[in-house]
Amino acid sequence: MTLAYAVLGVAFVGLIAYALFGGADFGGGIWDLLAGGTERGRAVRERVENSIGPVWEANHVWLIFVLVILWTGFSEGFAAAVTTLYIPLTLAAFGIIARGTAFAYRKSVGSLQMRRFFGAAFALSSLLTPFFFGAVVGGVASGRVPPRIAGGDVVTSWANPTSMLGGTLAVLVCAYLAAVFLCGDARRDGEHELAEAFRRRALVTAVVTGVLGLAGIAVLRADAPMLFDGLTGRGLPAVLLSVVAGLAALGLLLTRRYIAARLTSALAVTAILVGWAAGQYPYLLLPSLTVEQAATGHSTLLALLVALCVGTVVLIPALVFLYTLFQRPPHGLEHPNRSSPRTAERQ
Amino acid sequence: MFELMVADGVGNLPYARHQMALTLGWHIIFACFGIAFPAIVVFTEWLGHRRGDAALTGLAHTWAKAMGVLFAAGAVSGTLLSFEMGILWPGLMDRFGEVFGFPFVLEGFAFFVEAIFVGVYLFGWNRLSPRAHMLSALPMVVAGIAGAFFVVSANAWMNNPRGFRLNADGDVIDARPWAAMFGPSTWPQFTHMWLAAFMVTGFLIASVYAVGMLRGRRDRHHRMGLLIPLTVAAIITPVQIGVGDWIANTVADNQPAKLAAMEGQYKTTAGADLSLGGVYVDEELRYALEIPNGLSLLIHHDPDGVVPGLEEVPSDQRPPVNVVHIAYNAMVAIGTALLGLAVWFGLVWWRRRRLPHTAWFLRAVGVSGTAAVVAMEAGWVTTEVGRQPWIVYGLMRTEEAVSPAGGLAWGLAAVIAVYSLLTFFTVVVLRRLARGRDTFAPQEEGARR
Repeated sequence: MTLAYAVLGVAFVGLIAYALFGGADFGGGIWDLLAGGTERGRAVRERVENSIGPVWEANHVWLIFVLVILWTGFSEGFAAAVTTLYIPLTLAAFGIIARGTAFAYRKSVGSLQMRRFFGAAFALSSLLTPFFFGAVVGGVASGRVPPRIAGGDVVTSWANPTSMLGGTLAVLVCAYLAAVFLCGDARRDGEHELAEAFRRRALVTAVVTGVLGLAGIAVLRADAPMLFDGLTGRGLPAVLLSVVAGLAALGLLLTRRYIAARLTSALAVTAILVGWAAGQYPYLLLPSLTVEQAATGHSTLLALLVALCVGTVVLIPALVFLYTLFQRPPHGLEHPNRSSPRTAERQ
Repeated sequence: MFELMVADGVGNLPYARHQMALTLGWHIIFACFGIAFPAIVVFTEWLGHRRGDAALTGLAHTWAKAMGVLFAAGAVSGTLLSFEMGILWPGLMDRFGEVFGFPFVLEGFAFFVEAIFVGVYLFGWNRLSPRAHMLSALPMVVAGIAGAFFVVSANAWMNNPRGFRLNADGDVIDARPWAAMFGPSTWPQFTHMWLAAFMVTGFLIASVYAVGMLRGRRDRHHRMGLLIPLTVAAIITPVQIGVGDWIANTVADNQPAKLAAMEGQYKTTAGADLSLGGVYVDEELRYALEIPNGLSLLIHHDPDGVVPGLEEVPSDQRPPVNVVHIAYNAMVAIGTALLGLAVWFGLVWWRRRRLPHTAWFLRAVGVSGTAAVVAMEAGWVTTEVGRQPWIVYGLMRTEEAVSPAGGLAWGLAAVIAVYSLLTFFTVVVLRRLARGRDTFAPQEEGARR
């Protein structure tokens, strides 16, 4: 394995992490959107808010992580892709801004009207952001980004069948992951009715995603033949693994084994992304720019790899600490000096 | 409409520059809070814990709530910037990404650590012991400072590019990303920004409580809410003036055209006067207040030192003088006024251990926050516009870097619309946080369930 592949591999791991963790946070917003009226949807919305509140900012950083590795290590491909695809990327960034600020601001406004407004902004942008990212992936994967600055069509590079498929699948996958993750969170906190509700959502989304995935094969065959060949050739084992893991997750959901269902669902998503990467190999931008051609100089790649290895040593324990801290139930009683003056009044 | 869709790099330049200026200028205010606020909040929490002082603990609690909002706004507005580096300036990333992209990778890690521990700190209030909770703020404090260093080092590289060679075609060879991070501008620029972050945060928080006290709320909560951040800002302000001298000398050594624009100096002069205010017309600064030999004294610490003027630089390589000169003067004037406020506060506190009694003091503190923000923005205008027409000083002109993609004018219009809404709602939420204490804090969510 060359240095370029090692660095790109790390960026790809970051992308998988963003899809799994960031994706589930967006999915939470999608369930907030579909939760119904203020009263009916209250339980779902509170569950979503409590689950993603402490972690969404950290999960979001995976995106930045991927971007900065790409622009330092693969400057040429990065400049070509983001200039051609600037419209969906800008819209995704608007979605990220709306999602994050609405989520953080919602808690700090008093009137129900403002809360509803921020809630709607949070929920809607949680749907649109993954759609546009999926469309970006579709544009790259279907070979619509030539390796030149703004070389592609700024509209059809993402308004095309593969991008629409990518966007829709991204939304469905986010919603599915969120539902599966929330099943476990709800049961842990004794909210058994909610756990059942998310289980139903997870099952329905899984079936819809599977059906769309099958239909997508036809879309790719017609619209993105190189990707289709890659997925059915070099990427086939990963695609099959994804199918098997997806079916296993379905079975585990049916038997209410939520923790195992989380792992197999994550595996299914990871495997399909690996299938995409394997299908594109050895190209960074189909059909002509290879990973090696796009890679920057040796000393930059080496510095990147060293920084990534050292950084990981800091990052992984910190992330594990964050996730385990908030997967535990909180202390029953607050320290008397530490409670806010208002906490008691509200309870 | 159709002329706006034409794909043209030079035509895109004003749109791209305005979009970058708006989004960067917006983000940087929140970035200041990311750098400075955690230290102030956890210091207050620690003081409250040590003294068993419920007012201080309550203050830390209120500030943590604001920090959650401010950090979220900073995090998401920074995301658009990282997209814009490629969307607006692909020529820069394509040619030089391997040289100066590296500090952004390190910043990625710093941001990661900060985001993780913001979550731990805000939501761990009921899940950690008091000591562990305070310790959880330390990674956030360190990461905030480190992140500022990495981002500013990338900007310093654009001012003084180092750490690579160019071949005959102008392509980068032999990139050395570590060397690129430590050019002559890095340390003075970082120090200046780091202190500015504490000034902006300190004066802004203090100004909220000053306004409250002017409205008659003079309880301990408000007095401490003013005292702690104002003390931080007042200690830093004189240091910042000294650092300002350091950075001006660095600019004089490395970017004479920027310095000449800052001073509105056309002719190369020995014993140059320091010009305050004025307008630059026809290669001459008019209506300015002149301090004899002041500029030579400031730059060379010698009243007869020679200061190169804009005449040394070909006319197509000069920055827009008036913008740079006025922004620079505004920053210096506000900085001097804030120094006066700091000295007033410091003297009264030193002699009497209390705040000055007059309402004028509270009024001055009340405007100091906005003034500090304006000074910081003016400083960035000085350095960014002063670097023009270069995006990489002396090597790449900004119009060579801009994207030729069609429709960037619409992108700017959309950004203006989104940021107008964002600013409106941010102000609504922050005003509400500043006024009332009856909102849910993120750290209270655990208790609410």
